Amino acid sequence: MNVKIKTFGISRDILGGREVAIDLSGTSVGDLRKQLNSQFPELIKLNSLFIAVNLEYASDEVLIQEKDEIALIPPVSGG
Amino acid sequence: MIALTHKPIEVQKVIQAATADAAGAVTTFIGTVRNQTAGKNVVRLEYEAYEPMAVSEIQKIIAQARERWALTGWAVEHRTGVLLPGEIAVVVSVSTPHRKDSFTACQYVIDQLKETVPIWKREFFDDGDQWVSAHP
Repeated sequence: MNVKIKTFGISRDILGGREVAIDLSGTSVGDLRKQLNSQFPELIKLNSLFIAVNLEYASDEVLIQEKDEIALIPPVSGG
Repeated sequence: MIALTHKPIEVQKVIQAATADAAGAVTTFIGTVRNQTAGKNVVRLEYEAYEPMAVSEIQKIIAQARERWALTGWAVEHRTGVLLPGEIAVVVSVSTPHRKDSFTACQYVIDQLKETVPIWKREFFDDGDQWVSAHP
């Protein structure tokens, strides 16, 4: 399944683009996380990394559809 | 009012948006850009936001605050883009019938904003830069 990943903050520097296409071999947020961690090991060094699906923080069990809006949320630092 | 803006925040407009006839107290938090971090000079900051999600996360925080306190009004505005030391990065304003609740609710909103709202800050120093809080 081809998914597009929006990147923000330091995750954009690590993945190298504002939107990165990934050929996801699994079906869940957890699968995507594993794949990203092995493709981009710098992600593992972050304080935290959440994945948002359709503008909501998603747990690893959440299933991904090709049309979903997926985004990487590295540690936030607003305010 | 909940907004992200590239332009300088007009504090009076944010306060106005949070003010209500039923209010007896309006508390406003103004977050500004500090000129140093751990002894290093901060030259500028860059804020970026995942805008639609940032707005919806702020809406959730306001909804939680409304469950806990009798808010009569609220407004949150966060700046994005390049900011210089001394500039205003965020303004949170809430109103309640009595002052104690307005202080507590205002603090709750800014504390939660810093925890959950997808906004990122990059600090630029004389000799480099870093995404704040990214690494241990």
